[in-house]
Amino acid sequence: MSRSSLALQVGVLARRSVVRTLRQPAMVIPAVLFPLILLSINSGGLDSATRIPGFPTDSYFQFALALAFVQGALFSSNSAGTNVASDIESGFLNRLALTPLRRLALMLGMLGGILALGLIQAMTFLGVGWVFGAEFEAGIPGALTIVALSLLISLGFGCIGAFVALRAGNGEAVQGAFPLLFAALFLSSMSLPRNLIENDWFQTVATWNPVSYMLEGIRSLMIEGWDPEALALGFACAGGIALLSLLAASSALRTRMVRT
Amino acid sequence: MSRGSFTSVARAVGWRNIHNWVSNPALFVPSLLFPLFFFMAFAGGLSRVDSVPGFDYDAGYTTFVYGFVLLQTSAFGGVFTSFGIARDFESGFSRRLLLSAENRGGIIGGYWLAGLTRALMSITVITAIALLTGLHIDGGVVDLAGLYVLVLVVNAFAMLAGTGVAMRLRTMQAGPAIQVPFFLLLFMAPVWVPYDLLTGWVDTAAAFNPFTLVLEANRGFLAGDPTKVLPAFLVVLALVSVSLLWARGGLKSAERAA
Repeated sequence: MSRSSLALQVGVLARRSVVRTLRQPAMVIPAVLFPLILLSINSGGLDSATRIPGFPTDSYFQFALALAFVQGALFSSNSAGTNVASDIESGFLNRLALTPLRRLALMLGMLGGILALGLIQAMTFLGVGWVFGAEFEAGIPGALTIVALSLLISLGFGCIGAFVALRAGNGEAVQGAFPLLFAALFLSSMSLPRNLIENDWFQTVATWNPVSYMLEGIRSLMIEGWDPEALALGFACAGGIALLSLLAASSALRTRMVRT
Repeated sequence: MSRGSFTSVARAVGWRNIHNWVSNPALFVPSLLFPLFFFMAFAGGLSRVDSVPGFDYDAGYTTFVYGFVLLQTSAFGGVFTSFGIARDFESGFSRRLLLSAENRGGIIGGYWLAGLTRALMSITVITAIALLTGLHIDGGVVDLAGLYVLVLVVNAFAMLAGTGVAMRLRTMQAGPAIQVPFFLLLFMAPVWVPYDLLTGWVDTAAAFNPFTLVLEANRGFLAGDPTKVLPAFLVVLALVSVSLLWARGGLKSAERAA
């Protein structure tokens, strides 16, 4: 199969994936709205935490803004998984298996919807942050880096959702996996910087949890400016998860196509 | 209609729902795990917050968070039970139930029994884990009785409010309409810090939020210093009364549709 044919297949499937995601307000609106609601509640409820000695900023809103990006990405997992599960349940994947479509094209095409949703989320959260007075210490290049990191995180979580759907073949399993990803967010440095977490066991869990580094990568660009270590760790953790979950999803897709 | 028929319908519906909940890991495990995640994340990750000037709660941050998680567990026990009602309508079971039940009020009674059992089991698990991880209770037996009765009344309110929605919409898509208002009520209260330390619009929302009173009463019971007990009970009992009428209206709507 020629390269242009592969590009055509990816293009058609990516377009379908993007249009399908955007046509489902029930998928897009909560994925944007819920992180903003939680951001707003956290900012009012925990603003006094900025009085803890050593807290890196005097605005909890600015600190918590990074959480919206990662939480939004978690919703990508749900939406990607639900879409793939629906394709399996409706028999769409079975029909595709009868065509000369390449698995790589199918996989790349499915990612189109995840990235489109991730982009909408990232731009909305940046806009809300800017409107409500968050400062981006790293400037416009920093904001663009935040969008890039946020998309990579969305891709990683989205592929986890797709993997679960391809393995299990139903939407219920995707919904069941969602709380586990949510737990990863809760057991991270989402509410306080790691050095200010008092409980040793929680600090240890947060230190081993890659979600902490994703949050800290985004946060560093807003609060500290360019911090190469935080950024390298953030991109490495997000990229590592994206790569592993993409490989896992590809493998699950191969198995699913063979079954078909 | 005899009282006996109400009881027998309630027992049958309650037993079926409890059995479904316990025997389905996809329903049972998350309902126990979610409050635990909240407890661990807040008590473990935010314990330093008790060093903020103005944070005066002597029983400690774990106990402070337990007061919230208890309320959350109880409320969501009721909310998730009403999800079961929506599921029963989708599967067609409720239609058959409405046709066969001698006393239809017993159906709501049965769901309430299921919600209560669910809350009691979740509360037992969360309390055992909280005690193992540093929960410090200064309140006496009477305080604890007040605490658990109060949160179980909240459980009834959540179940009845959710039932009203589920019986009117009769689809699982009613889930967000049931869950989101409770989620907002819970988190627009002084969850992480005392009321005096809230800022911005959350401070205003908490002032009008009935769950603020319940949380403050919970934390007072736990600290052995009962606070705002009467207003909390009055508000919650008023909410139960209103939601009972709401649930009854939902039942009538479902009867008309059946």
